[in-house]
Amino acid sequence: MMPAGNAMTGESLEILPGHSSPGRLERVLRAGAFAITAELAPPDSANPADVYERAKLFDGYVDGINATDGSGANCHMSSVAVSALLANAGYSPVMQISCRDKNRIAIQGDILGAAALGVANMLCLSGDGVQAGDHPQAKPVFDLDCMSLLGIARGLREDMKFQSGRKITSAPRVFLGAAENPSGLPFEWRARRLAKKVEAGAQFIQTQYCYDMPLLRSFMQEVEALGLRDKVFILAGVGPLRSAKAADWMRTNVPGIHIPDALIKRMAGAQDQAAEGRQLCVDLIQEMHEIPGISGVHIMAYRQEDSVPEIVERSGVLKGRKPWYPGSN
Amino acid sequence: MYSVRLWSVRHSKGLNAFYKGFESVLVRLHPLFKAIGYERLEKPVAAFERTVKGVLFDCQMCGQCALSSTGMSCPMNCPKTLRNGPCGGVRDNGMCEVKPEMRCVWVEGFKGAEQMPGGVPAMQVVQFAVDQRLKGKSSWLKVVREKVGES
Repeated sequence: MMPAGNAMTGESLEILPGHSSPGRLERVLRAGAFAITAELAPPDSANPADVYERAKLFDGYVDGINATDGSGANCHMSSVAVSALLANAGYSPVMQISCRDKNRIAIQGDILGAAALGVANMLCLSGDGVQAGDHPQAKPVFDLDCMSLLGIARGLREDMKFQSGRKITSAPRVFLGAAENPSGLPFEWRARRLAKKVEAGAQFIQTQYCYDMPLLRSFMQEVEALGLRDKVFILAGVGPLRSAKAADWMRTNVPGIHIPDALIKRMAGAQDQAAEGRQLCVDLIQEMHEIPGISGVHIMAYRQEDSVPEIVERSGVLKGRKPWYPGSN
Repeated sequence: MYSVRLWSVRHSKGLNAFYKGFESVLVRLHPLFKAIGYERLEKPVAAFERTVKGVLFDCQMCGQCALSSTGMSCPMNCPKTLRNGPCGGVRDNGMCEVKPEMRCVWVEGFKGAEQMPGGVPAMQVVQFAVDQRLKGKSSWLKVVREKVGES
């Protein structure tokens, strides 16, 4: 165990010249530590206590908490509000911004507003289609896409201008991220697409679930070949599978998720499938830790959020580091 | 039409070459366009463009054509109108996440770009967000005015 207040908690790491944000996630990544982020399930309520209860599960195990923005096109408490509540308590939220529900006027306002409320990390996403969620009757907006959103967010930060060109008086100091799906089609274009996101302004990447390690490795080789390794921090997406049946349902029904047959077999052969799912997740994290160019993992433990501490602990990738959390010192 | 749209992507090289020639003719016609007046030409040219590109590409008349940078697969047919590449939800069979009966316009676009000279690097250029004011207007006239430096 490292002593409390050690530089690697993130809290006491210096904000160095060249950092875009005052956030701990950027500091931890730039210091070269293997970072952990986790996805928080936003509540279907108007009660801030629900947010804090969910965040508390991750205390001491994550460097950033993702607040999803109507993920899967389902309605929940907004990512701006969840992120602001988290930031207010001292957490390090990653505010997800989807282009599905808001146009550029609303989104730019949210970026300024959230930054004013202390949100230091933002993840720019295109978003799931409305047909996937609980309001298929809604109007899909998609005024921007993830790339133009990245460009606009960077423009606010670097050029201090709205997309219209109008000046702002104080720049949002935000660390900008994007998603990528190493197992998405067309495989051979995925790394090039990542290059485009980096070009557009992405500083870190949180990937979709990666269960196919050979595919992830070849993606990372492409990333290396394109010279992107020093330009972007890549956090590989993982999550515990609940059962072989759930895994099979996921790969059949959730577009973009690729789970190899061997893993489904491994799950099916286990006595306690949920425990096997957690073990598999630990194994994947350890494997990802060894892949050159991967700077951390992003854990999406949908409806199994309470398993995150155990998974992180057993993976050992924090190497005794204890990420700072409110009340830890 | 969907089947024609797929044909157009398969023939992206030829269509792109044709367009380049067509565009240079249009640019040379600038003095004539100017004499008639771009305002007056807007409606008939847009109607013609809508018909031709509607048949070939299922063109949605965004008014800021990006076909040369998208392998001749119109990105406005993507249900998310993504102009910079596919989302993460492309199905394993290359079909669209939102419309499972349609091939992903970007899976198609990549195929088209690979056949076109300069198609692959063109794909890497980040496209700006769509200017919604141009919807329904002629992209051809816009290109001519940009090329001759009049807008």
